[in-house]
Parts: sequence; structure tokens; C-alpha cells
Amino acid sequence: MKLREISGSWCFLFSVVFIYLVLFVFNRESFFSGLNFFGQIIYKIIPIFVLVFVLMSLSNYFITPKFVMRHLGEKGFKRWFYVIAGGILSTGPIYMWYPLLADLREKGLSYGLIACFLYNRAIKIPLLPLAILYFSWQYILVLCFVMIFMSVVQGVVLNKLMEVAPLSVP
Amino acid sequence: MSFKNDKLIRQSVFRAAKGLWVAFPMILGTILLISFISVMVSKSFYISIFSKNIFLDSLIGSLIGSISAGNPITSYIFGGEMLGHGVGLIAVTAFLVAWVTVGIVQLPAESAILGKKFALLRNFTAFVLAIVVAIITVLILGVVV
Repeated sequence: MKLREISGSWCFLFSVVFIYLVLFVFNRESFFSGLNFFGQIIYKIIPIFVLVFVLMSLSNYFITPKFVMRHLGEKGFKRWFYVIAGGILSTGPIYMWYPLLADLREKGLSYGLIACFLYNRAIKIPLLPLAILYFSWQYILVLCFVMIFMSVVQGVVLNKLMEVAPLSVP
Repeated sequence: MSFKNDKLIRQSVFRAAKGLWVAFPMILGTILLISFISVMVSKSFYISIFSKNIFLDSLIGSLIGSISAGNPITSYIFGGEMLGHGVGLIAVTAFLVAWVTVGIVQLPAESAILGKKFALLRNFTAFVLAIVVAIITVLILGVVV
């Protein structure tokens, strides 16, 4: 493998491993304490990762861009509902959705609804088990509700700021 | 089960595995880094960054979250460990929300495809809302739980 083919993520991992190697040479006690802490975190999250993997597979199977696009064409309040649901259920990297959203914008989807969709992408159902492990289900439940509410607030504010009235999808 | 459905299931599982594999070095590196920092930096240092002022703490949390990038899993692990080090829930919440709603790294792509004005306004409002969300969430939790 050529050096330029190694992604930034792997470079990051190698850099941290290098730090540990330096630590091993100069401060062996801290090295083993760090590894012990690392082991504790890994032990805690591995079972959750299995669940995350299953949920990600299920969402990949059921939620496709075509499925989301079909439902964003709804009218009125229903449309806000589908935009929120679409944002939450959408998978893959965020930039993958930009071209689709730009296409929907040309078809009349307001900037506010696009912002609402992007905001709700922050809520990832497959990752909730891990979030609950760290923060409790009560906290995650409240956070999700507040975020969904704020996504609509952001949508309304952005519509005003962009001075674009919501348009109807033909 | 039809052949087409079989293929779709395989593709879905493959995509999930690929997604986790792409995130793997970043997650592993982050956990290693957190472990390193936990050992080398004392808890009192974390507490000293945050002043226990809800607005200032949420602003700092939102700022750190905005300039950070990566899989949300990383933010949960990092946020969880921050809590363990005595950082307040408001600051951690602002950090978590800003991490996933503000996209400084994706800003050039978002500007190019959806427009500069939209991208800047969306990210700015997301930054401000991370603070609002953090305060409201913790206030509700204080009342309900």
C-alpha cells in the first residue's frame, strides 16, 4: 500500500500508537495504566457494537434514498413529519445526501425543510444503545425530543433568514 | 426468499460492516487517546476549563464539538468520559449536539452544493441551538428525573 493511500483515520490511529510506543520507552507505568483504561472501555462497548451492527444492517435494508425522496413530497404538516423521520432514518455520510437535497430544493423543498432534515440526521437510531450506555435512556429520550423540536425551530428560522417562502412540490 | 432479496440483505450487511470498518481506526484511536489523556491529565484540569456557568460552559462545549469531526460513536465515548472527569452535563450535551449538527469539515461541500448563504446560516444556527438544546435538556431532566 502506498503512503498516500492511507486515510487520515489510519494516520490518526498510527500516531496514537506511536505516542504509546514513546510512553512505553519513557514511562512504562503510565503506558500500562493507559492500556488498562483502554481495555475497560473496549470491554464496556463491544457488546453494544454487535447491536449497532445489526441495527445499521436493518436500517440499510429498509431505508433507501428512494424511500425518503418518495415521502418528502407530502404536503403541509405531514411534510415536516416526513422530513424529521427521513432525517432520523437516513444512513450514510451526510455529504452523500447533499446532491439529493439540492435536487429536492430545485423541485420546491424549502431551505427550512432541508435544514430540518440535516438536523435530524444527528439522531441515529442504530447508535442509541451506545449513547444510552453512557448517558442513560432518560437523558437520551429527553435529548432526542428537544433536538426534534429544535430542528423545526431551525427550519422556521432558516426559512425567514433565507427569505424564502416554503414552496410546494409539484 | 427471492434471489433479489438475498442480494439486498447481503448488501445491507456489507454496507453496515463497511461503515463500521471505516469508523474503526478513528474509534480505536480515539479510545486509545482518551485512555492516554485520562492517565496523563488530572481530573482537576478538565474541571478548570469549565467554570460551572451554564452559558459559558455550554458555549465552550459547543465550540469544542463544532471543530471536532467524526463518527457520532466517538462523540458518545468522548462525552461519556468527559462526564466521568467531572465536566458538567450542560457542557457535555452542547458538545455532543454540536459534534453531530455543526459540520465545519463538510462546510465546503455543503456550500458548493446547497449554497454558501444556506451552509453558513445553517451551521451558525446549529451552533447556537446546541447551547439552547443543552440548557433545555438539562433543565427538563432536572425537573422530570
